[in-house]
Amino acid sequence: MTTSANLSYSKLFNLVLKRDLTIALRHKDDIINPLLFFVIIITLFPLGIGPEANTLARIAPGIIWVAALLSTLLSLDRLFKSDYQDGSLEQLLLSPYPVFVWVLAKVFAHWLITGLPLILIAPLLAALLYLPEQSFVALMLTLLIGTPVLSLIGAIGVALTVGIKKGGVLLSLLVLPLYIPVLIFATSAIDTAGLSLPYSGQLAIIAALFFTSLTLAPLAIGAALKVSTN
Amino acid sequence: MSASLLSAQNLTCIREDRILFDDLSFDIYPGDIVQIEGPNGAGKTSLLRILAGLSQPYEGSVRYQESSIKTDSEAYHQALLYLGHTPGVKGELSAEENLNFNLSLHNLSNDYAQASLDKVNLLGFEDSLASHLSAGQHRRIALARLYAALNAKQNNDSNGANANAIWILDEPFTAIDKQGVADLEQLFIAHTNQGGCVILTTHQDLSICADKVKKITLEYQF
Repeated sequence: MTTSANLSYSKLFNLVLKRDLTIALRHKDDIINPLLFFVIIITLFPLGIGPEANTLARIAPGIIWVAALLSTLLSLDRLFKSDYQDGSLEQLLLSPYPVFVWVLAKVFAHWLITGLPLILIAPLLAALLYLPEQSFVALMLTLLIGTPVLSLIGAIGVALTVGIKKGGVLLSLLVLPLYIPVLIFATSAIDTAGLSLPYSGQLAIIAALFFTSLTLAPLAIGAALKVSTN
Repeated sequence: MSASLLSAQNLTCIREDRILFDDLSFDIYPGDIVQIEGPNGAGKTSLLRILAGLSQPYEGSVRYQESSIKTDSEAYHQALLYLGHTPGVKGELSAEENLNFNLSLHNLSNDYAQASLDKVNLLGFEDSLASHLSAGQHRRIALARLYAALNAKQNNDSNGANANAIWILDEPFTAIDKQGVADLEQLFIAHTNQGGCVILTTHQDLSICADKVKKITLEYQF
């Protein structure tokens, strides 16, 4: 027997995306918290190590990327936790649609809520840290391709730990090692750009990481959610 | 006798090294109202979750129209309407937004939202955020989906003959007042008259549809 689903996949995607964005906009903590955390970490560094332009410019790519990584980690918990606790996750899992589609919509919403604001504010913070002018484009590009990877990989970790009461430590242990390649290639790209050398190689590797996680992570997330709700 | 809608075959469930139930088999036919009884911790919720496909049994299988719900999960999810003991209602969304999302997610038209909210006495609250509503009203938002499903069925608007035909309800009467419980029992009768079935757990005795109810009793096993 075949019964066709009423909603097209793009409609389902939009439905879940719109719901998650509406919830985030009415629960502004989700947007403000990671962003504030990001800004505060970065502004603490000049206070801690002194305002010398050369030192700051050298460590700026690392600081910005580590801060982006940590603030993503901070925001990950909200991705599935509240849905798990109030039973919405069960309803999503029992809908007649493939898990892949709505999981992707949820991760995309998470990136719009946490990743995009970071990218928008990053140039301002980079200027604060005296990042060389020629590195700005590289910084924006690595953040634009790299932060979705952080959301996608992080979502696997959250999906695995959502059923555990205090999964915070476990989540960090699971997810942070997987963030390292993004960190290495992103900071390397920004450094290379600072020397006015081509950095398309590093960018290509981050893009490869992005497309690999875009296609495979939703499957892993779906499987992990099924295990967590078992 | 008509073919069974849902059949449980030799289900065994083990939680925390304790056997909750062992070699449990039963068939559920269109028109059945099945009440699962038993003391706290006997495995009622575990059984419902296994029937819904959310949990895997230790042994045995659940079959929907002769095919395993694991292999034919899309068709089964079309036919299934499961309400767990958490209502699945978002505090940040209004009553109507919550219901609309749940209806769309399960292939029911949003046109039924208003009438369904009216049936569960939430008309006038449709624009209130759910976080401002009580626990009983949360439950009512979730239960409104049942009215929408029945409405769609009566208007021949549902997707497939068995769409939303199998209702699996975990403690649907929690936080619901007496009149609400009576209304729900009427709803169950109307639904089963349309060829659907209801599987529920509750500690209350069903009064109105008492003669129709089949009971499955789980013992607390040590």
